[in-house]
Amino acid sequence: MTATLPRLLLGVDPDSALSLQDHLDVHGPLPSLGTGGRRLLSRRPDAGGALIEEVERAGLRGRGGASFPAASKMRAVASARGKAIVVVNATEGEPASMKDRLLLQSLPHLVLDGAVLAATAVGADEAIVCVCETNADLHSVQRAIGERRALREGVDLRFSVVPNGYVSGQESALVQHLNGGPALPTFTPPMPFQSGVQGRPTLVSNAETLAHLAMIARHGAEWYRQLGIASQPGSTLVTLSGPVAHPGVYEIEHGASLSSLIEAAGGLSATVRAVLLGGYAGTWVDARSIHGLGLSDEQLAPYGASVGAGVIALLSADACPVAETARLMQWLADQSAGQCGPCVNGLHAIAKTFAQVAAGTAGRGAAQNLARLVLLTRGRGACRHPDGAVRLAESAAQVFAEELSDHARHGACAACGRAAEFPLPAWSDPERTTRSKRTRGTAGSASKLRIGARA
Amino acid sequence: MSQRVVVNPIACTAHGMCAELLPERITLDDWGYPIVDGRPLSADLLEHARRAAEVCPTFALLLQSDGSPVRASARASQPAQPTVRNVRRRPEPVVRRQTRLDPRR
Repeated sequence: MTATLPRLLLGVDPDSALSLQDHLDVHGPLPSLGTGGRRLLSRRPDAGGALIEEVERAGLRGRGGASFPAASKMRAVASARGKAIVVVNATEGEPASMKDRLLLQSLPHLVLDGAVLAATAVGADEAIVCVCETNADLHSVQRAIGERRALREGVDLRFSVVPNGYVSGQESALVQHLNGGPALPTFTPPMPFQSGVQGRPTLVSNAETLAHLAMIARHGAEWYRQLGIASQPGSTLVTLSGPVAHPGVYEIEHGASLSSLIEAAGGLSATVRAVLLGGYAGTWVDARSIHGLGLSDEQLAPYGASVGAGVIALLSADACPVAETARLMQWLADQSAGQCGPCVNGLHAIAKTFAQVAAGTAGRGAAQNLARLVLLTRGRGACRHPDGAVRLAESAAQVFAEELSDHARHGACAACGRAAEFPLPAWSDPERTTRSKRTRGTAGSASKLRIGARA
Repeated sequence: MSQRVVVNPIACTAHGMCAELLPERITLDDWGYPIVDGRPLSADLLEHARRAAEVCPTFALLLQSDGSPVRASARASQPAQPTVRNVRRRPEPVVRRQTRLDPRR
């Protein structure tokens, strides 16, 4: 096979799922079911290791946002004590991302291939596909699981619906949910690979990561590396939204230029002010930098951005970036699980400051206050939610410095009242954090005085 | 074997005792939650760190050695994560009784 795209999206039909037979016609049988690939999946104790080695050579990294090396994670689970279990993470709490939904809806067998392979490699006999409530109607997955029973692959496949929420797809939140608790992050260690679902070593892997795994198992690491760049080989799914002719999910090779992606999507339908990369808890990049911008972590690093979960959201120049950021910031604050004081208080304080700046009531020193709150909040939660949310605030302060100071001086602009360009999901529940650790009063005046949970 | 202090931010409900007992490594933020300096503890600070972990009403302050947090005291040597869910149902903390522990006041 030559280095062409699409890879994952080969044969995709957005309106219906590929049946098992269609899937096998497109991609061919899994190595374990054919003859050529027995080396990868034979019952020899080191066989799982062979697949993990192949994944390592391919340089596959997780596609849920954190970009963690897939082989390291698999090896950690494989070498932990006890019978392992695999969790397929397709919760996709990121409102701007559609790729995992598309995979499960249209290409469920590619994801299930990956789940079965990963399970075999780490010595698991069970894999649970997790989707959020919004996607609970994905009958394609259940049908696909049913179709595979006849294959007798030795891996029990299950389906689980996880409550909606930005943090409910976080690894430890999924583990806690599958153990009968709330879908909220927990303090780690123990990490899921040490003690996860039912106390077993647990491989939590994004749906797209597993789809790539299924391709690597078929075609090998060499093939995988024919696309992409040395520091980030392979292809990736991205969700492009905003003023383009055809927004949607695209498969690109790492390092492809944003301009070429926009071109593939039929070009811009309006002038763009900035692009939000990675997710709502992502990084703003000025539209002036778009020309020549390469979509890989290496090329995005100078902007403090990364490919993350593949969200590429364009903001038109007609919108008010201050109002949009203030809305996103408030939403991210409300999406805090409410468990960690610095996250709840810090994100709400940042969101409040943004709202005040947008309304022109922030007063002097808002920028300094914002910078201080960012430092105060970053890295202090049990999960990475606060880190992502402050990234949005920090990059907005840089990219929209001019607009922010205009708003601070003159108040709301003409574009502030426009409908939001970045939609927020209907399931958002702003009441959730009111019963949590928010400290009453404003930052500073409440110093040290805990009033806490009765707020 | 070097040890450092870490805080379980889920268990922590900002009593602030740790900052009173280990001001060398712990300060409080705007909302009363500890900002922890995670550098290894010197021998003279270790005893203060143990005491700070012992008196934490929610067992949120932990001493960590070689990458894995361990509870500092016999009192807290219960199964892992015993406090996380109870904490939020706890009655409201007594208002800053710990101030008398501060020798500076």
